Order: sequence, then C-alpha cells, then structure tokens
Amino acid sequence: MKITMAHGSGGESTSELIRQIFAKHFHNEVLDRMEDSAIVPGNGRIAMTTDSFVVTPYFFPGGDIGRLSVCGTVNDLLMSGSVPKYLTCGCILEEGMDMDDLDRIIASMAETAREAGVEIITGDTKVVEARTGKGGLMINTAGVGFARDGAQCEPSQCADSDAVILSGTLGEHHAAILGSRMGIHNNIVSDAAPLVEMVNGLMNAGIHVHAMRDVTRGGLGTVLNEFASASACCMNLQEKDLPVSDQVRDFCGILGLDPMYMGNEGKMVAIVPKEEEEAAVKIIRGSRYGENAAVIGHVEKNADTTPAVVLHTQIGGRRVIGLMYGEGLPRIC
Amino acid sequence: MSDFEKIISFLREYDGPDVRLMEVCGTHTGAIARNGIPSMLSPHIHLISGPGCPVCVTVTAVIDRLVELAEKENTVVLTFGDLIRVKGTTKSLADAKADGGHVEMVYSPLDTVRMAQQDPSREYVFAAIGFETTTPVYAMVLQEAIEKNIHNLKLLTSLKTMPNVIRWVCENGGNIDGFIAPGHVSVITGSRAYEELSQEFQIPFVVAGFEGPQLLATIYALTGMRGHAGVRNLYREAVTPEGNPAAQEMVNRYFEPSDASWRGMGTIAGSGMTLRKEYAQYDAGSYGLDEDHMPAGCSCASVLTGKISPVQCPLFGRSCTPDNAHGACMVSTEGSCYNYFISGRKD
Repeated sequence: MKITMAHGSGGESTSELIRQIFAKHFHNEVLDRMEDSAIVPGNGRIAMTTDSFVVTPYFFPGGDIGRLSVCGTVNDLLMSGSVPKYLTCGCILEEGMDMDDLDRIIASMAETAREAGVEIITGDTKVVEARTGKGGLMINTAGVGFARDGAQCEPSQCADSDAVILSGTLGEHHAAILGSRMGIHNNIVSDAAPLVEMVNGLMNAGIHVHAMRDVTRGGLGTVLNEFASASACCMNLQEKDLPVSDQVRDFCGILGLDPMYMGNEGKMVAIVPKEEEEAAVKIIRGSRYGENAAVIGHVEKNADTTPAVVLHTQIGGRRVIGLMYGEGLPRIC
Repeated sequence: MSDFEKIISFLREYDGPDVRLMEVCGTHTGAIARNGIPSMLSPHIHLISGPGCPVCVTVTAVIDRLVELAEKENTVVLTFGDLIRVKGTTKSLADAKADGGHVEMVYSPLDTVRMAQQDPSREYVFAAIGFETTTPVYAMVLQEAIEKNIHNLKLLTSLKTMPNVIRWVCENGGNIDGFIAPGHVSVITGSRAYEELSQEFQIPFVVAGFEGPQLLATIYALTGMRGHAGVRNLYREAVTPEGNPAAQEMVNRYFEPSDASWRGMGTIAGSGMTLRKEYAQYDAGSYGLDEDHMPAGCSCASVLTGKISPVQCPLFGRSCTPDNAHGACMVSTEGSCYNYFISGRKD
C-alpha cells in the first residue's frame, strides 16, 4: 500500500495511519494520551535541540533514516553533557511512499529510542505531493534532556596538553551511503548509533571532559577546527593513531575522499586532561560502539599558539587540516 | 639507516642547485598534500602542480554549452563530481540546476545508459570530461548505448591527452627539471609514452603511484636525474611500458586524436580526443568549444604551467576561495589552488 494525499487530510485516513504505524511502534504512557501536547515531569536546567533528516537511500547498509533521526538528536543532547529524555517525531511523507517501508522505518526509530533510553512523546505527519517520484520521506526530531550539574563541557574549554580522544573508526556512515548510491559493492556499514553508554560512562566516572562533540557532517577536521578556534589552541594529531578501517581507507583512495572530512553518525571526539586520558579511553573502549577508541593527539596552547589542526603524517610530514569546503564530491578520475 | 630513512634525510638536507619538479596529475597533487610532503623537503626542492586536473583545464565554453543544454526543455545533463561547481562565463551547472535546469550527478557511468533507456522522451547529455584514464569509460558507455540501440544519450566531450600538453609546458612553462609522471594515465598509456619527450627536452620522468613513500622515492629519483633524459617506473604494480592495449583499442574505436583547448593555455595541437565522424550522431555539440573566459586577475594559466605558485596569484585567498572560486583550480579537490588553500601552503 502507498501513502496518498488522503493520509495527510487530517481525517480518518490520517488517524488510521497514526494508529497503524506511529502509535503502534512508539507506544508509551505519554504518547498514548494523544493530547495536543505532551506534559512530562522535570526539574532543573533543560537542554533542547532539533535536527532534520533527509537521506537517499533511506535504507542503507547498517541503518535507515529512522535510526539516524534518533541517533542524531540523542547524540546532540549528550554532547552538551545532558541526559536525553524525550523526543518528538515530525514526518513529512511524499505521496507514493510505500507503507511497509514507513512501518520498517518507524519500527527502527522506536527500537533505537529504546536502546537510547528516550521516549518519543509527541509527533506529527504531513503528506506532500510527489516531487521526486520516488516516494520520499523527511523526518524532524526535537529532543529534550536534563543538564547534569557541574558538567562544563564547551568547545572553548580545551587546555594545553589535553588529550584528543576519538571514539572509533572514521567515515563508515559517509562511505556506506555513498557506496550504496554508487552501487559499489563492499562490506562497509553505517556507524549510526546512540552514544549514551560511553558518555554516561565518562560522566559517571567523573572524567573532566573539557569539550565533546559528535563527529557528523564535515567530519573530524571540521569539529577540531571549531575547537581550535574556540579555545585558541593547536590540535596536534598523529596520523598513525587515527582509527580508519582498511575498507574505508581504500574506498576513500578510489574516490579521492579524505576520512578527516567524512561524515559519521556514531562517533565522538572528547577532549580530556592528559592525566585522565588512559581512564577515559578504557571507559569508552568498554562501552558499546567504543571498542576502537584511541588517543589521536594532544592540545597545544600557549601564548604563541596559532589556532590550527595539524596532522603529523605517517611518513613524517606535517599537514594543516583546514576547514572543509564544498560537499566532498567524488572526483572525475 | 634504512633506504627510506636515507631518502628522507637526503630530501630534507639537499643543498644542491634548486630543483623544480612538476606533478602532472591531480591525484598526485592531492596525495602530496595529504602526506604533508612539502614540509619534508629542503627549500631547494620545489613541487609544482601541472595541468593534470581535468576539471581545472576545462575551458568556459564547455561549461557554457553544458549550462545551455541543462536549461533546454527535455534535456538532462549528467555529470561526475566536482565539475558541477565550476563556473562558466556566468553560471556553473550548480547555478543552472538551482535556476530550474536539469542537471544530475551520476556516480556510475553505465547509469547514464540506464537513465536514457528508462526515459526515451528526454535527451540525456553526459559531460565527458577527462584524460586518458577516463576516456575508456566513455567508450564503454557509447558501446553499451549502441548495443542497446539507444539514441537519446549523447556525449559532450572535452577529452585531453597528456603527452602534448607536457610538451607545451616544456616549451612555455616555468623551467621544469623533472616530471612526476601521472600514475593513472600511465596505466593506460604505458611508461613508454614519455620517452620521446624525455629525449627531446633532456628531462627525466618518473612514473609514480600514490602512496607517500613512493612519492618521496620519486622526488629523490628525479632530483638525482636532474639534467638528464630518462624514464623510470616506480609504479610497477600497475604500470607497464606498453600500457593497457585493450583500453587503448576501445578508445581508438570510438575516438580520434584532435586539437584541444586548455584553460589559460589556448589550443594545443593533438592534445585531445573527439568522437570519430561515424559516431557524430552521439555528439552533443562538442566541436569548436574553444572560448575561454578568464575573470580579471585570474592567473590559472600561469599556475597550471608552473610559472607562478598559487599564492602568487593576486586573487588567491582574497576574492578567490573554495567557497567563491574564480578559477577551476580552486574548485576541484585536485586543483593546485584548492590544495594550497586548505593545507595553508605558502611556498
């Protein structure tokens, strides 16, 4: 069965769609009340974020747009040092979309939300006329979390000699999406994942995380440039310590892409004091999705430091990692 | 000390006469930047990026023609990668698309045949840009279209070949002492393609792959060969003296040598390929696209031929940046200006 304009009419077809798919999968006490807005308990400082998801194809190796839409928002809340609690789900469906595909995507959202320990408590659907002819889907999720007391975690807090820790290998999500669009057969799967366990681990162990960011679009190069500029420091990275899988490295080699700028959906970078680096890496490695975590470099900050990200290459060269420009398009030859 | 350590220390400490080496391949430009090689060389060894990035050497008339086609009713322009952002006289293909033109990026060349077959009501034009490496791919597309009896797929060609542009650089360029010969192109043409040029200009050529240590070994070899003719092949795992005869045969079946227009360099005799007359029905109007509109102050020509370094162009980093590129060298990730800009090279 396909999505039609009637599913967006606000009438019985809309109710049926919500009952059959959204309410069935998301089902929780707050949502089940089906009120105009969800009312939930909470005290203290709240963290709020929103993100929209548009991806082609919407099923890809290792995930789908539903999983992505939960991970992206949950991870954004986590990176501010908050505990994610609630999400909203806004779906814009294109007429012609396959109902079974929608069901799978919403089921995947629900499963990822359960894994991340958040509830989807309110939502909305709209149907638009077919534009692509391929029955597209766009999802917006907003998220609410509660700020932890005492956590001061901002890009401007990087200090001299701090360790730069990356939670795992670079580039899987980008390579998986591009690979499936290009019909390149390989075993690369997206890394889309909620990073709840590793962030909670760091926070509960009292690690003094100075800055933390999930490494999404724009890649590690972009995140570290933001940190370097906000903290007026230099990030010295060692290429030999950068975790990149052989498959992604070869994929990038063929297409002229650089893992430093590839998008990920389940990786983060954390800046922690040098004396806590071993403990922090151990915690991340021991948590789900963190088994390849590594210290990839250190922060240098003194009166003469020019803000920059510098990669010390395996063969002994020195390369400045600048900001990313353009979209990282595959080259011609 | 291992051989590799000896090479590294030689290149760092080299104190002989200045050596100017040109890499004639955009992928080498990228690999050199990625490995941080410029930081490992003595100030007497200079690396210069030559005219080997296909997007960078495409003249504006080709982009203008593609834009015109994209804006035509019932015509769709298909293109690879970064060509989409290169500006013609007034617009890039990305601009044309934003204005409602029909431009689609393709990832796999044979997709173009499938697209044309599925939608016979529209004409599909594939932007066939590239060097010896990519031309066999366009030949394959054509073969497939002919076999499937598809008539609504055409090529707009701007195909270049290496030997005669290298000759042009030797005759007009900035005193090059040696060439890092292109790895991918040499897979097709073979390393022998450089022998005549090497003898004629008494310049060494070394064919290189794309790994850091091999590039360092290539620079080391060329520094030692300075002032002497000779062709060496350090990329033996992929390149033979004869090249790939099957690919050459495929190209020759559909294309023939022609003169070609290069950005900032004008027309260079025998430096391109165009469709053979018997396949002219598959051409989307590629002949005579020679006009080259250079924005005022743009020094692409001098950069591409090694006469000046990107940082010496008056527009570099000021009004010309990757976000607002005047010339294609700043657009492509293989462009010399782009690589200088993002890696902060100042030499």
